[in-house]
Amino acid sequence: MANSVAAIGQNLWGGGQAPMKASYGKLMMWFFLMSDTFTFSALLITYGLIRYSHDAFNPEIHGSEFVFSQEYWPIPEKVFDSAPFLHGIEAPLVFVGIMTFILILSSVTMVLAVEAGARMDKLQVQKWMLWTILGGILFLSCQAWEWVHMIVGDEKGSVAQFFVNGEWVERTIYGANLTINQYGPPAFADLFFFITGFHGTHVLSGVIINILIFYNTTMGVYQRTGHYEMVEKVGLYWHFVDLVWVFVFTFFYLV
Amino acid sequence: MEETTEIIVQPVDKSKVRHLLKVALILFIVTIIEFVIAFTMESSPLRTSIFIGLTIVKAFYIVSEFMHLGHEAKVLIWSILIPMLFVVWLIIALLMEGNAILLVH
Repeated sequence: MANSVAAIGQNLWGGGQAPMKASYGKLMMWFFLMSDTFTFSALLITYGLIRYSHDAFNPEIHGSEFVFSQEYWPIPEKVFDSAPFLHGIEAPLVFVGIMTFILILSSVTMVLAVEAGARMDKLQVQKWMLWTILGGILFLSCQAWEWVHMIVGDEKGSVAQFFVNGEWVERTIYGANLTINQYGPPAFADLFFFITGFHGTHVLSGVIINILIFYNTTMGVYQRTGHYEMVEKVGLYWHFVDLVWVFVFTFFYLV
Repeated sequence: MEETTEIIVQPVDKSKVRHLLKVALILFIVTIIEFVIAFTMESSPLRTSIFIGLTIVKAFYIVSEFMHLGHEAKVLIWSILIPMLFVVWLIIALLMEGNAILLVH
């Protein structure tokens, strides 16, 4: 098509031009992802804002041993130090590390599916899409465990003060929800549920779209259209979800 | 009619796959380095900057290679990257705001 346009005489406004040399669908996916970047940035920067507006744990003021308290922001690796089947054993960041590797791996299988699509290799696309779907489901299952663990809490709990009927009373609280939080200020739990929840929703919709693409591939839709660009577009979305996790991992769990 | 056109499956381009696996390996290694630092270094501004630096390295490889942006037209690369300046502005603005709230309390 580009050739025929050139033949007519370089008419820039006659249509058929692609200034960014990407198809309409891919371009729109890029701009959607850019807008999604702003949403996730806003959420993570809000985390930064609220964290900076709380005291950090300081051994000279709060005692040499770190305990969960409403007074200061928790140290993340003290909060996320559990893993399934390892009850009572401290395993800081181990489980979230496994989740990170699962998501990177599923990103690799996705890129291999895109590569196979470029070669019109239907069987390979099916194979790699299945692995990608499996990785997504595994990640979501891990996140479900982590949420349950966060909500239920551990058997130690932590003491918090509540203002009831005009006086302050002390209560031991277990677990976290949107109003109380065993691990620190309630805002920490709120942000945890919002940010990982919003990311998890993206993973969930990614898995659903991946399943649709797998179905279409199996039914030979892309063999009939003559290209696998749909796999590429959905691949962009899936890599973006992985990219967001890289940032969530750093700013929520490591820093 | 189009269904009768024969579809030719191209053979695997080994160098391309090797390149993708190399990128994946870099991502794994950087993540492992992050873990080593998380367990061996005390929390400090230096540690935080190292984490942010490594995160940007990972983000660069994912966006440039996996999402293929590094191989797109320059105008597309810039139209995605330049709006990110707003994010930089928001980071600076809101972190300063957070500090101010802490001082007022």
